[in-house]
Amino acid sequence: MSEYVHADARGASVGLVERREFVLEQGLEVACGLRLAPVSVAYETYGTLNRDGTNAILVLHALTGDSHAAGYYAGEDAKPGWWDIMIGPGKPLDTDRYFVICSNVLGGCMGSTGPASIDPQTGKPFGSDFPVLTIGDMVRVQRRLLDHLGVDRLLCAVGGSVGGMQVLEWSVRYPDRVFSAIPLATTTKHSAQAIAFNEVARQAIMADPQWNGGHYYEGARPGHGLAVARMIGHITYLSDESMRHKFDRRLQDRCDLSFNFEADFQVESYLRYQGNKFVERFDANSFLYLTKAADYFNLEKEWGNGSLVAAFARARARYLVTSFTSDWLYPTYQSKAMVQAMKKNGLDVSFCEIEAPWGHDAFLLPNERLDTLMGGFLERMERELEKERARKTTAAGANGHAL
Amino acid sequence: MRFDLQVIASWIEPGSRVLDLGCSQGVLLEKLTQEKQVRGTGIEQDEAKAGQAIGKGLSVIHGDIYEEVRDYPDLAFDYVVLSQTLQQVIDPSTLIREMLRVGRRCIVSFPNFSYWKHRVQFLLRGCAPVSRELPHEWHNTPNIRVIPIADFKRFCRDLGVPVLREVAIGNHHHEDRGKVVTFMPNLLASYGIFLLGRE
Repeated sequence: MSEYVHADARGASVGLVERREFVLEQGLEVACGLRLAPVSVAYETYGTLNRDGTNAILVLHALTGDSHAAGYYAGEDAKPGWWDIMIGPGKPLDTDRYFVICSNVLGGCMGSTGPASIDPQTGKPFGSDFPVLTIGDMVRVQRRLLDHLGVDRLLCAVGGSVGGMQVLEWSVRYPDRVFSAIPLATTTKHSAQAIAFNEVARQAIMADPQWNGGHYYEGARPGHGLAVARMIGHITYLSDESMRHKFDRRLQDRCDLSFNFEADFQVESYLRYQGNKFVERFDANSFLYLTKAADYFNLEKEWGNGSLVAAFARARARYLVTSFTSDWLYPTYQSKAMVQAMKKNGLDVSFCEIEAPWGHDAFLLPNERLDTLMGGFLERMERELEKERARKTTAAGANGHAL
Repeated sequence: MRFDLQVIASWIEPGSRVLDLGCSQGVLLEKLTQEKQVRGTGIEQDEAKAGQAIGKGLSVIHGDIYEEVRDYPDLAFDYVVLSQTLQQVIDPSTLIREMLRVGRRCIVSFPNFSYWKHRVQFLLRGCAPVSRELPHEWHNTPNIRVIPIADFKRFCRDLGVPVLREVAIGNHHHEDRGKVVTFMPNLLASYGIFLLGRE
């Protein structure tokens, strides 16, 4: 997820919000077999859970996002949460109707347990002793958070990019707990190209002498490596067209080439700026672990013995799948493959490839089409969930009668 | 709602599973969902139209009808509807076979090329007919097939597809009211609507 977050005037803000913490004292055994305990999860909620517990929406953030999806923190915060355009009163994720939950992923560095957390065994930060995680591990922790919040079933799980992978994992791992799902700009498994970009980014971090095998918390941090990693990621979030539009070959603060290795071009200066800004807020080890989890994600291998159709045979959710025309990180063919597998399983699925020139990041930008799709889909899900509950009540009543 | 869609809707039993190919903004699906409790899915190639239909709370897939229909298992639907789209289809026999693979019944409607007004235009002016039903010029029409009702019936016979029901209507298809034409439909009707079954 890029820094490309816009404030928005189309709906009201959820206002001041507060980051909370949930601690899973007994922790959990992660996919690689190691036990992690305790586990902390940073999360925020907006809106109110209704009495029947039927209006909860779980928002899953992208690679380097956090729990701060909407609203503002008191005093310190000039920018709203990363999806403030989508979450709030009158917005598609309408907080007057829905109870919206967003947590920072396991392995992250924005309040949840990750490589920078203290290892209770040693009293020092885990660093590279932190276990390698999977998207499934993240989802298992989120499930515990929902248990804690008293949410038995989600009206919807929604997220883009790596958040979309979590949406898919949720719907297949816990089919009875996900009434509907909106995976945006995502994939059921990384292409070789996506893994390649991640590997170059990881190598940039590990080549920084300050990385020190992952144990750098007591000294200088591998800022340069992390900045380069971010620059690589950032390129994949944009598109040829959006870069041409934003920068073309325009020069930065000069009228001619410098004939040295300063940032001559605006695009160079922009990437350096984004890279440096990222270093201030993100931990290099978390970047390594999260990109690896994304690379490992393989829904068909994990749940379908290699078959995506078999993997979705477990799912019960109604889906809204969305891709963007200029997304070259997770191109439309990947969304179409999941739609195809859903259809073969007789699942209720809607799909739209949205025309957008801004590349992978399009799901974070104001987009009327996306608003309409999500708003309309969620309203239908509310109606359908209500109908399902009415049917069950009637059936239970009829059974009671017979007895 | 368009008169031909009203006729189509009247043929569909309540509670059915319906696939609407080329569903546009989902007018038919919306009516069927609200009034007949069908479980409907649409396929629409135009992003804006597909987006509007999903925004209305319908289940719609944005994509090409040939590609999308292939993914459904056999008999996934009770009815598969192809309304006012057959004249734009490259390979009608393949598509209709696919429709009858995924559905128990198939409903097809199209503008009748042998409508008397078209015949008159061609006969008297020697020009490709342009009418309310076929509003395009030869160079900008999306329609690549000319389909007289009589030819369509022969086509179904050759394909071995039984026609279970047929209605010819005489009105502009965008109008809400219309009339059923029973006398010489191949000459006097502007649209044909057919219910096809499996062999």
